[in-house]
Amino acid sequence: MPLFGLKFGKKKLNEEERQLQANNRDFNLQFEYANNSIKTSKYNFFTFLPLNLFEQFQRIANAYFLFLLILQLIPQVSSLSWFTTVVPLVLVLTVSGVKDAIDDFNRHKSDNHVNNRPVQVLINGRLKDDKWMNIQVGDIIKLENNNFVTADLLLLSSSEPHSLVYIETAELDGETNLKVKQALTVTADLGGDLQKLTDFNGEIKCEAPNNKLDKFTGTLMLHGEKFALDNEKLLLRGCTIRNTEWCFGLVIYAGPDTKLMQNCGKTTFKRTSIDRLMNVLVLVIFAFLALMCFILAIGNGIWEYDTGYYFQVYLPWTDGVNSAPYSGFLIFWSYVIILNTVVPISLYVSVEIIRLGNSFYIDWDRKMYYPLNDTPAQARTTTLNEELGQIKYIFSDKTGTLTQNIMAFNKCSINGKSYGDVNGMAEITENTVKVDFSYNQLADPKFVFYDHRLVEATKLGDAETHRFFRLLSLCHTVMPEEKKEGNLVYQAQSPDEGALVTAARNFGFVFRARTPETITVVEMGETKMYELLAILDFNNVRKRMSVIVRSPEGDLTLYCKGADTIVYELLHPSCGALKEETMEHLNEFAGEGLRTLVVAYKTLQKEYFEDWHKRHHEANTALGGREEKLSELYEEIEKDLMLLGATAIEDKLQDGVPQTIETLTKAHIKIWVLTGDKQETAVNIGYSCNMLHDDMKDVFIIEGNSSEDVLNELRTARKKMKPDSFLDSDEINIKFENPSTKSRILPEEQANGVYGLVINGHSLAYALEGNLELELVRTACLCKVVICCRVTPLQKAQVVELVKKYKKAVTLAIGDGANDVSMIKTAHIGIGISGQEGMQAVLSSDFSFAQFRYLQRLLLVHGRWSYIRMCKFLRYFFYKNFAFTLVHFWYGFFCGFSAQTVYDPWFITLYNLVYTSLPVLGMSLFDQDVDDCWSMRYPHLYEPGQQNLYFNKIEFVKCMLHGIYSSLVLFFIPYGAMYDAVRGDGKAIADYQSFALMAQTCLLIVVSVQIGLDTAYWTAVNQFFIWGSLSVYFAIIFTMYSDGMYLIFSASFPFIGTARNTLNQPSVWLAIFLSTILCVLPVVGCRFLKAQIMPTVSDKVLRKIREAKKRPPSPLPKMRLRRTSTRRSGYAFSHQHGFGALIMSGRNMRPKLPFTTTGTFSPNSERNRHN
Amino acid sequence: CGPPRAVLGSGAGWPAGPGGEAQVRRTAMAAAAQNKPDNTAFTQQRLPAWQPLLSAGTALPLFFCVGLACLALGLGLHFSSATIRERELDYSGGAGGGHNCSSCANASRAGAAGCTCSLHFELAEALPGPVCLYYELSNYYQNHRRYGVSRDDRQLSGDSWGLSNPAKECSPFRTDPQGMPIAPCGAIANSLFNDTFALYHLANGKASPVPLDNRGISWWTDSNIKFSNPELVNGSLPAAFKGTVKPPNWPHAAYLLDAGNPNNTGFINEDFIVWMRTAALPTFRKLYRRVRQGNFSSGLPEGSYRLDITYNYPVLSFQGTKKVIFSTVSWMGGKNPFLGIAYLVFGSACILTGFVMLAVHLRYQQQNQMDVE
Repeated sequence: MPLFGLKFGKKKLNEEERQLQANNRDFNLQFEYANNSIKTSKYNFFTFLPLNLFEQFQRIANAYFLFLLILQLIPQVSSLSWFTTVVPLVLVLTVSGVKDAIDDFNRHKSDNHVNNRPVQVLINGRLKDDKWMNIQVGDIIKLENNNFVTADLLLLSSSEPHSLVYIETAELDGETNLKVKQALTVTADLGGDLQKLTDFNGEIKCEAPNNKLDKFTGTLMLHGEKFALDNEKLLLRGCTIRNTEWCFGLVIYAGPDTKLMQNCGKTTFKRTSIDRLMNVLVLVIFAFLALMCFILAIGNGIWEYDTGYYFQVYLPWTDGVNSAPYSGFLIFWSYVIILNTVVPISLYVSVEIIRLGNSFYIDWDRKMYYPLNDTPAQARTTTLNEELGQIKYIFSDKTGTLTQNIMAFNKCSINGKSYGDVNGMAEITENTVKVDFSYNQLADPKFVFYDHRLVEATKLGDAETHRFFRLLSLCHTVMPEEKKEGNLVYQAQSPDEGALVTAARNFGFVFRARTPETITVVEMGETKMYELLAILDFNNVRKRMSVIVRSPEGDLTLYCKGADTIVYELLHPSCGALKEETMEHLNEFAGEGLRTLVVAYKTLQKEYFEDWHKRHHEANTALGGREEKLSELYEEIEKDLMLLGATAIEDKLQDGVPQTIETLTKAHIKIWVLTGDKQETAVNIGYSCNMLHDDMKDVFIIEGNSSEDVLNELRTARKKMKPDSFLDSDEINIKFENPSTKSRILPEEQANGVYGLVINGHSLAYALEGNLELELVRTACLCKVVICCRVTPLQKAQVVELVKKYKKAVTLAIGDGANDVSMIKTAHIGIGISGQEGMQAVLSSDFSFAQFRYLQRLLLVHGRWSYIRMCKFLRYFFYKNFAFTLVHFWYGFFCGFSAQTVYDPWFITLYNLVYTSLPVLGMSLFDQDVDDCWSMRYPHLYEPGQQNLYFNKIEFVKCMLHGIYSSLVLFFIPYGAMYDAVRGDGKAIADYQSFALMAQTCLLIVVSVQIGLDTAYWTAVNQFFIWGSLSVYFAIIFTMYSDGMYLIFSASFPFIGTARNTLNQPSVWLAIFLSTILCVLPVVGCRFLKAQIMPTVSDKVLRKIREAKKRPPSPLPKMRLRRTSTRRSGYAFSHQHGFGALIMSGRNMRPKLPFTTTGTFSPNSERNRHN
Repeated sequence: CGPPRAVLGSGAGWPAGPGGEAQVRRTAMAAAAQNKPDNTAFTQQRLPAWQPLLSAGTALPLFFCVGLACLALGLGLHFSSATIRERELDYSGGAGGGHNCSSCANASRAGAAGCTCSLHFELAEALPGPVCLYYELSNYYQNHRRYGVSRDDRQLSGDSWGLSNPAKECSPFRTDPQGMPIAPCGAIANSLFNDTFALYHLANGKASPVPLDNRGISWWTDSNIKFSNPELVNGSLPAAFKGTVKPPNWPHAAYLLDAGNPNNTGFINEDFIVWMRTAALPTFRKLYRRVRQGNFSSGLPEGSYRLDITYNYPVLSFQGTKKVIFSTVSWMGGKNPFLGIAYLVFGSACILTGFVMLAVHLRYQQQNQMDVE
C-alpha cells in the first residue's frame, strides 16, 4: 500500500517486456504489474489537511497573505491589527478546502463505482464474483454478453463456434460495426471447462504497455510450444461483448496499463484563460504595490528627515529607529500591510463561488434536460464556466455525438417511383400516421415508415417491388439470431446493412436464417429457401456486393447493390429511361443527406453460370494471384445488370444537430469533426449536418500517402484559399522565418471564400509531424469546416493540441466514447454526451449532457452569461479594491507617510467580506444583459467573448485608472470638506475618527452606486443585497461606535460616538453626495458617449432588441434548413473486407440453429401444416 | 423560444447497437423523471427583473437635473459660507509677526514656560454670537500613526487597573525612568496644548474681560462615556491618582488640570478631551472657548480687543504655526468655501457635459438608427 497515498520511489523502471503466467499469481506478483484499480482521487482522510493546505499556499495570493500575517507580528512594522488579515485568510482557506474536499469525495465515489464493478474470476477451479479492482495480471476471467471488457484480455475461448467473439468498439474508436476476435485453436479447446481452464498454465511474453490500439505482439508458451499472439486475439478494455454468450480471457494489461488508459492522455489541471490572466495581473499588482510602497517609503524618509526629526519634541522616534532611511525602510513594510487589499485575497473565493453558482444553473436547466433517459446536464468541473463563453473551436466526435448511431431506411426508388415522402407533409411530427405493419407478425416493431403507398404496392404484388425487397433480403452478409421463436435479431457488420434487411423484413420479405449454402426468406408469409451460390463480396475498390442465388423455382439470379457511380457503369443499355429517373431520385435523396445505394439484378443462364462457377472455384483455390483472378471473374459476371432502384438510408442525426451547427457557425465558432469512422461516412454526415454544403467554394480532400504528397495537397489548398499567403511579405511567413520570435501564436487569417477540408488519419499522421504542423494548421484554420476521419484517439488529442498551440483560442471537445477521452482531456473544455452506456467520456469531461443540441444553449446562454458575469465581477472587484486602497496612498502625503490608515480597522476587515461581497455576488449570479431567447437568436452576441473583449489587460488598466480616479475623489472631497471645518455647534469636526467615518461612508456609497450602475438585471435579490449591505453597514457602525460596545470592549472599539456625532452634520452628507456623483456621473457619461460614438456589436444588438421589445413580439422565424446540396452520397459500407468469406465457409455458423434448419416456421405455418 | 422540436421516433435499425438498447431503456425510464430539474424562476434564471438601460432618454435628463441641483446647492452653500465671519490671528512668533510673542517663542524654545504676550486687534464689524474661539496648529502631525496610537483608552476610561498599567502603545511615555506609570500615558497626552488665552474688550480706555465659556466644547460621548476619572479614593481624586506620575511635559498632575472644578478636572477636563480627539490633517483647529456669556452673549461688538496669551507651547522648532481664530457658525458649520465652490463647478461641468452629450446624440442618432434597421 502506498504510504499516505503518495508513491515514494515506486516509479517502476521502464518495463521492456511483459512476462506472465496464467493462473499463477505468485509468479506474476514479482513483476509488480499494476492491478486493475483506477485512482483519480488526490487525498485520503489523513492526508487531506496537510496536502490541501500545502496546495493552497502554493497559490500566490494565499502565500502572500501568510507573509503579511508574519509581517504584522513585527511590532515596528505592524500598522494594522492582526485580525484584518487572519479573518479573510481563514475564511478563504476554509471555503476552498471544503470545495476541494467535496470534489475529491466525488472522485472517490466515481473511482469506487468503476473499481467495484462485478466480474467473475476463476480462482482455484471455481468462478468467484469479484470486483474489477481486485483483478490481477494473469487472472482468467469470464465475460458474458453485453459486459464491458474488464481489462486488456487475451481471448482464450468462447461460447461461439471457432471461439469467435463479437465486440463493439464504439467506446474505443467510434466505429459502430461489430468486430470479430478469434482465439487460438489451442486455447479455444479449453472451451468452458473450468477444470481445463484452471490447469491452463500458458506463459506469455509480450510487449510492454503502450497506447497503440491496433498493434499487439506476443508469444504464448504452452507445453513447450510457442504460439504467436497478435491483435486479433486481444480484447481491449472499453469494448463491449456482443452476441456472444460468454467468453474467457486472460488478463494481460490491467488498470492504468490498459491500452484504453494509456490512450487517455494525461489528466491536466484545467485553468481558464481568465485564471491565467489573473495570475499575471496579481503579479502586476504586486509590482504596483511595491512601487507605491517604495514611493511612500521614500516620502517617509524625507519627511522624517525634514519634519519628523524636529517633531520629536512631541513624538519621539521609536526605540531602535535612529535615522530617517531606517524609518523609511520600516514604513515600506508597514505600507505593504496597509495596501495589501489591492491584492484581492477574497477574489479567488468569490470567483470560485460565482463559478459554482453558474455551474448549478447548468445542472438546473430544464432546457438541457433530456426527458427520454432522464438525464439533466451536469457541470462536472465547476471552475471553467466563463471559458464556455469564449469558445472558438469545437472538436466534435461523430458517432453518438452528431449521429444517433442508428441507421434508418428512409426512402427508396423502385422502378422509377420514389417512396418515402410523407404524404404531402413537409415535416414529420409525432402525429404523422405511421405505416401499420401488423399484417406481418415478424415485423420489427421499432421500424417506422410513413409512406403508405409502398405497403400498398407490396401488398398488391407489384413484381418490381417484390424483386426489390427480395434483393434486400438476400444480398447482404447479416447474421440472424432467433433465440425465441419469431423474435429475430440481426447482427450486421454495418448498421446500413442491418437497416436494409430490417426494411425488407417489415415489408414482408423476412430474412430468417442462413446456412453456408442457403438463405431462408419468408416472402409475404411464404417460406422460401434460396440456394446461395456465391457471394461477390464488398471491398474498397469494388464498392459493391453481389450474391448469386438459385430460387426454389430454379431460377439463377445475381443481385447486386452498390455505390451509384459504380453500379451505373455496369447497367444494361436497356435501362436508359429508368436510369434517368432513378438518378433524379438519387440526387434528391443525396440532397437530403441520405446515404444511397443502387440495387440491380441480372438473370443468369444456367450454362453460363455453371461455367463461371467452375472458373470461380478454380480461382478460389488457386495458389497465386487469387485476388486478381477473382476480381476479374466478378467484373465479368457483374455486367449488363438490370436497374431495380435505389435505397436511401438516414444516418440518424441527433435531434437538432443541423440547427445547432448553423447557430454555432453564426457565432463564428469553427467546428471540426474528428471521427474514427470512414471518410465517406464522415463526409456524408458533414453534408447532412449542413456543415458542408454546395455553396462552399471547394472541399479539399487530403489523402496523401507520404509527407510530400500531404504537403503538396495542403499547399495547393491554401494557394486556392489565400494566394497571397505564399508571398514573402506575408506576416506569418516573415514571423516564422525569423527564429528569434518565441511566440508561436498565429494571427487569424481570412480565406477568399467558404471552404471545407477533409483529411484522413493516414495523412493526418504525416501532417502532424514537426515541419508540416504549421502548414496543416494554417490551411485548416482557413477552412470553415474541417473533417478528420479515421483518426485514432491520440490523434484527436494531437489535433486539439495543435490548435491550442498555434491559435490563441479556446477549444472545446465533445464526444461520447472512450475514444474521445484524450481529446476531451486535452481541450480547454471537454464535454461528454451522457446517457449512453459507456461512461468513460462523461467521467473525464468537464460538462456533460445528453444531446448535442444542448451545446448551443450551454455556449450561447450559460457560457455567455458566465463570461459576462465573470468579467463584470472582475472589473468591479478590481475597481472596488483600488478605490478602497489607494485612498491610503493619498492620505500618506498628509500624515507624514506614517502608514496611518484612513479607515477604521474594522471597516478594513469587513469591507470585502461583509459590506461589498453580497451585492457583487448578486450581480455575478443573476446578471444577464439579454435573456436566453435573445442570446440564441443573435449568435453575434457571442463574439465579444471569443475576442476576450470584456476583461483583458486593457480593461484591467481601465479599472485601475477608474479606481485611482475614485480614490482621488474619495480622499480629496472629504479632505476639502473637513479642512478647517467645524460643526454646526462650533465643535471641531476635523478629527481623525470623523474623517475616517466620512471617507469610508463615501467609499461604501460610491461602490454601492457603482454596482447598481453595472447591474443590468435588477432582481429583488440584487435590491435586497445592495440595500441590505448598506443597512448592515450603518447598523454595524452605529453598533460598533455605540456606548455599550465601548463599555464592554473599550480597547477594540475606540470610535465611540463618531457615527452619531458626524452623521448628523448636513455638511457631511453634502460631501458624501458630492463624492458619489463625482465618482459615478463621469462613468455614466463615458458609457453613454461610447455607446453612441463607437457602438460594439453587442451595443447594436442590444439596441435592436430594445426596439424589438417596444413592438409586440414577433413570432420566431421558423428555422428552415436549406437542403440545397446536390451532392451524391457515397457508398457507405465498411472499408474492410466483408463477412462474405466467413459466411461461405460456415465458420461462424452455430452447429445447431434452433428454428432455421427446418425453416418451416412462419406466420402461416398453421396453414402450412394443414396443407 | 419557439416550439420545442418534436423528437422523431427512430426508425429501423441496428438492433443490437447501443442506440437500440438505449431506446428500450428510454421507454422504460421516460415515465420516471426523478432527475428533472425544478421549474422555478430561480433555477431557470427567469427571476422577474427590472432592466434599466442607459439611453439618451435617461442619461441626458440625469445630467441636466443633477447639474441644476448641484448649482442650486452650490449657490446655497456658497452664500451661507460667505455670511460667516472669521478673524484669524497668528501668534506663533516667527520672524515678522509684528507682536511681542516672538520673544516668548524664543523663550519657549529655550525651555522656559509661563511667558505671556499680548495681541491687539480691531474688529471692523461685530461678530454675532455665539462666537467661538479656536486655536489652530499647522504642520502638526496629530494624525501620525505612531502618535495616534500612543494612548490608552482603558486608562482614560477610569479603569483602575489600566491606570497603573498603561498600554504598551504609550511607550516611550508609559512609565517614568523609575518605572512609575504615567497617567495619562502616551504621546498625545504628553503633548497637551497648554497655551491659555484671555480676551479683553478695549472700550473707553478700559479693558473689560470677555468671559470665555469652557463648557460643552467636547463631544458629549467623549466627556461622559469615553473619558472618566478613576474612582475616587476617600472622596479624593489626587488619592485616586496615587501611584502614578504626571506626563513629563506637564507642569502638574492630571487632577490639577482644573483643580477648582471637580467636573472638569483629571481625565474629564474638556480641554484635555478636545486635545485627545486627534486631528485628521496636519493643519487643524480645535475649539478652545465660546463667547456666550454676560454682555457678550450676542457676540463680539466692533472695536479693539486685546488677547493675552500664556505662551507655553513651542511650535517653531518644527516649522509649525499657532493661530487664534474667532468665528461665527451657521447651520452648516464654520467657514468652508470648498463645498460651495465644488458644487458650483461640478454643477456647471455637468450641464456642459449634458450639452455635449446631447450634441453627440443628435449627431449619431441617424447612424445608430440605421444600425437598428
